[in-house]
Amino acid sequence: MKVITADHLTKRFGDFTAVDDISFEVEQGEIFGFLGANGAGKTTAMRILCGLSKPTSGRGTVAGFDVTRQPERVKASIGYMSQRFALYDDLKVSESIRLYAGIYGVPGKRIAQRTDEILASLGFEGERDTLVKSLPLGWKQKLAFSVAIVHDPRIVFLDEPTGGVDPAARRQFWELIYQAANSGITVFVTTHYMDEAEYCDRVTILVDGKIEALDTPAALKARYGAPTMNDVFFQLARGARRGAD
Amino acid sequence: MRQFFAFVVKEFRHIFRDRTTTAILLGLPVVMLTLFGFAITTEVRNTRFAVYDPSNDDTTRAIVERLAANEYFIRGPVLTDPSQIQGVFQRGEAGLVVVFSRDFQQKMATDGTAQIQLVADGSDPNTSRTLVVYATGVISAFALERMQASGVPFMISSEVRLLYNPSMKGAYNFVPGTMGMILLLICAMMTSISIAREKETGTMEVLLVSPVRPLQVILAKTVPYFVISVIDLATILLMSVYILDVPIVGSVPLLVGIALIYIFMALAMGILISSVANSQSTALLMSGMVLMLPVIMLSGMIFPIETMPRALQWLAQIVPARWFISAVRKVMIRGLGFDAVKNEIAVLSAMALFMIAASLRRHRTRLE
Repeated sequence: MKVITADHLTKRFGDFTAVDDISFEVEQGEIFGFLGANGAGKTTAMRILCGLSKPTSGRGTVAGFDVTRQPERVKASIGYMSQRFALYDDLKVSESIRLYAGIYGVPGKRIAQRTDEILASLGFEGERDTLVKSLPLGWKQKLAFSVAIVHDPRIVFLDEPTGGVDPAARRQFWELIYQAANSGITVFVTTHYMDEAEYCDRVTILVDGKIEALDTPAALKARYGAPTMNDVFFQLARGARRGAD
Repeated sequence: MRQFFAFVVKEFRHIFRDRTTTAILLGLPVVMLTLFGFAITTEVRNTRFAVYDPSNDDTTRAIVERLAANEYFIRGPVLTDPSQIQGVFQRGEAGLVVVFSRDFQQKMATDGTAQIQLVADGSDPNTSRTLVVYATGVISAFALERMQASGVPFMISSEVRLLYNPSMKGAYNFVPGTMGMILLLICAMMTSISIAREKETGTMEVLLVSPVRPLQVILAKTVPYFVISVIDLATILLMSVYILDVPIVGSVPLLVGIALIYIFMALAMGILISSVANSQSTALLMSGMVLMLPVIMLSGMIFPIETMPRALQWLAQIVPARWFISAVRKVMIRGLGFDAVKNEIAVLSAMALFMIAASLRRHRTRLE
């Protein structure tokens, strides 16, 4: 079943075409990677799919809802985590979970249960009353991911979720992503770490707002005769005009 | 609704978990009123007054006795020549000089009126105004008693001369002024900073992706500051009545109503500022420059608007605090009714509506 479709999506800011006629489909339960250098249009495309930004042309649906005409329905079906985690430093761990559960309309009775579940699955039982600001970065990141899926959304959008953490913590974080995908949540993740691309079911490589390649990591490596995704990416991104800064 | 509630709880946590901010928000009115208030109430007690009495008859002596018996005044030097008045102030021998006209009692008998001049040191405006008001009160009470006793008209016109600062402001200014300043500070400044903080830390983005409506996020931000400003309002009014002896002469509901309009206006102003400012420091600077400075300089709290240059007088008309302070003075201090403050209420309401409309508009376009 298709949970995300992009149909010739284009977004222009004045003369600048941030997203240039992209089309793709994402299956339920898939881990879909969105790769690109800084400025390639990853975040803009994701904002359109989250209902935050209107496309200049083209059509997108998320969880069966049109992103332009039903942004509120879209927002109720998705979870979102940005590279800045967006947790409140002065709230306790359990309060953060409860806050987002409340925001996403989790029924009152279910909130306490869900809070316990999340604390248990993260191994955070002892941190229930710890202020978020005293958690290590890797822990904050895991907590941010858990609150993004507190309401069991059909899709979770992750915008460069692992920025600034070490490879070991990144590895642990991906364990959480796999767990979520196994429970049927579709994961749409942008990244510029090529090792993370290897973990995805399918990968889209965005260059200058256009889709240059879309396939499984294995198929891409075979097609471009490259040993790693890193090499695939460099072959494709060589011709980019809007480079990394 | 539950979303909204979850939000309001979170906002209260932000505020109360930051002990310093909480203490400042709730303690500010107490500190300000104490500073302002006791600078006035303690200094006027036991003030020496000097007398120049060329008439020296029964009536003038009775008036001097009456003044000396008052708790605020102590009998000071007796002057023999008007030229000594300046020296009395320069040497600090008295805070007030009472000058009787020549042939006081005789004029009173023939014309039914006589004159007293009260001279005070205007370089300390609050104290001197208070002294003059007390002295005038004592003299008028004396005149009234005499009139009732004798049945003949007995008028003492006391002429007030303030040395050094003829255009001074009233002593009760600070209560309305403090209200105008604190309410604006809490509502506008704190609201704008707390919204800007969400933008700065990136949490606003996450909220926008959630099903919560932007309007709900913004409204939830204003609730705690609304509550705190109402507490502060009550603190100010209770302190001024029970500690500073500045009574609420007019209607309390009217006064509270005016304050609520002003609070709504200030909250909307904070939201408007936050729609322009993307960081806490910008929000702070903007509130400081756009809000606090005009309140202090142009609201009539410290400098009388009437004596400003024409251009500044015009500018003062768009400072909301100017209208608020004027309305509070009329209702609280002078005891006037709704009719007297119709203009102020109309202007403040219009400003509040304008701010609310403008801030909603800006937020709607920005959040798309």
